[in-house]
Amino acid sequence: MSVPLLEVTNLGKRFGGFVALDGIDLSVGRGERVGLIGPNGSGKSTLVNCICGTLANDSGTVRFDGELIDRLKTHERTRRGIARSFQLPRPFASLTVAENLKVPMLYTVDARAGTRLSAAELEARGADLLRLVGLADKAAQRPRDLTQVEMRKLELARAMAAEPQLLIADESMAGLSQVEVADIVALLIKLNERGVTIIMIEHIMRAVMRFSQRLVVLVSGAKIADGAPEEIIRDPDVERAYLGQ
Amino acid sequence: MRSSVFFLICVAVAAGVFGAARFIGNDYVFFAGYVVLQFIVLAQAWNILGGYTGYVNFGSAAFFALGAYTSVFFHKSYPLPIPLLMALGGIVSGLAGLGMGYLALRLRGAFFAIATLAFAVVLQTLVVNWNYLGGARGAYVIRPESVWLIGNYVHYLFFLMLALAVLSITTARTIERSRLGYGFATIRDDELAAEACGVPTLRLKLIATTLSGAFMGMAGAPFPYYIGYVQPAAAFGLDYAVNSIAMPMIGGTTTWIGPLVGAILVAGLQQWATVTISSELGLLVVGLLLVGFVIVAPSGIVGLVRNYLSSPSPPPRVARKSEPADAP
Repeated sequence: MSVPLLEVTNLGKRFGGFVALDGIDLSVGRGERVGLIGPNGSGKSTLVNCICGTLANDSGTVRFDGELIDRLKTHERTRRGIARSFQLPRPFASLTVAENLKVPMLYTVDARAGTRLSAAELEARGADLLRLVGLADKAAQRPRDLTQVEMRKLELARAMAAEPQLLIADESMAGLSQVEVADIVALLIKLNERGVTIIMIEHIMRAVMRFSQRLVVLVSGAKIADGAPEEIIRDPDVERAYLGQ
Repeated sequence: MRSSVFFLICVAVAAGVFGAARFIGNDYVFFAGYVVLQFIVLAQAWNILGGYTGYVNFGSAAFFALGAYTSVFFHKSYPLPIPLLMALGGIVSGLAGLGMGYLALRLRGAFFAIATLAFAVVLQTLVVNWNYLGGARGAYVIRPESVWLIGNYVHYLFFLMLALAVLSITTARTIERSRLGYGFATIRDDELAAEACGVPTLRLKLIATTLSGAFMGMAGAPFPYYIGYVQPAAAFGLDYAVNSIAMPMIGGTTTWIGPLVGAILVAGLQQWATVTISSELGLLVVGLLLVGFVIVAPSGIVGLVRNYLSSPSPPPRVARKSEPADAP
């Protein structure tokens, strides 16, 4: 049996007396498209932060590609192959769109390979990603000149520039129109077809159902369901969590 | 432009400046010029940390004084040539920067700034109570009258500070266009996103504090020889802390040109005010300029010029219907 790409075991995280994550188990295989859902405050972002290293877990373990990564810093986890996009876009405001993509290439791809990409290679890879997300004509612009959906695309392109094995898209579609949501879902599927495993955290159920091959549901810091999307949405526990008794 | 070419251009400009100062033949040019050059180095050094990474350092005077007192220490224990003292001052202050960074860089914003200020106070207290360095009384450093090849010793100090200014400008420009510069910019813009992109933020910030501290220490090392008498109140003076922040902010913090322009403008004005009106007016000039720039041009002179150059030109004037097309 092959080793899962990401394996979270009995993960716990508290903020003072508040239990944000209560013994979460999660296993994600290579090439999978996993949807992570749950009401506000259910611990989705905390789980992502613990996986990415932004927060340190209090208990349990996180394994990536078979290796324990609990003690690694965020940038070291990125170099191992975990990339994320943020709920609210966090572009580097003083850099151009193309330069935003250059940063993960310089600090992750280079560090991983132990060599330096040439200026031409950096430019070519950046241009390829910008074409993929439809921002090719915005390369020289500053992030402040982008629209909301373009900003989300930049966020995803920047995460992809690190050439990750696992991409965690944290509410990449919040506040977007239906057309823009469809656009981002199509983009995420396209990225998955390039061989990247994706965990998508989202509230927009239409997008989640379209994207996910598997659905994981968190409620109050605990996992209450994990399985095929069609089965999960009919699960009485999930219905109760979303709609109440 | 390649860094080596830029360095050679800087060397040529510096040679021109030195030649022109010698040609004028007035010693005051060297005294005043030394101060302006010293502030160019301090402004570039402050900007490496404060401008490039966004961590505001209020403790510049401490690093400067550490360089100065390293010279005093060696002057009393084992006299060495000034270029060597500058290197030693740089090493000592660089290590202090590394240590301060390691302790304080987990703080951000105002908390980091206060920590740097506290560092300066602690260091000053240490020097005041260290008799070997002259304590609160201060220490005399009698400089030689002349030096081989250049002659007048103040000309020699001016020459050394000019060389250090070239080194600091070239270093700042090289950083700005390098992988390190991109890393620094991401720390300034968004540290969390920088880490998520693989940028080792703590390591880069430590590089910035070390480099910044080292240049400040190197700028401070010749100070006892320039002034002849060094005391804690002078070496840890408020004007070093204020000037090294104000100059890059007035010139613009995101590029090496900003601190250069700011230092020449502000230090030049201070020297002019000292000679024509009063030496007490120096800090007032800085204060007024800083307040003015914060209100009118928060991104400094360089930002102001960039905005002007990048603003679209006004559309061609279209004649009104009532106006004949060929009206003047």
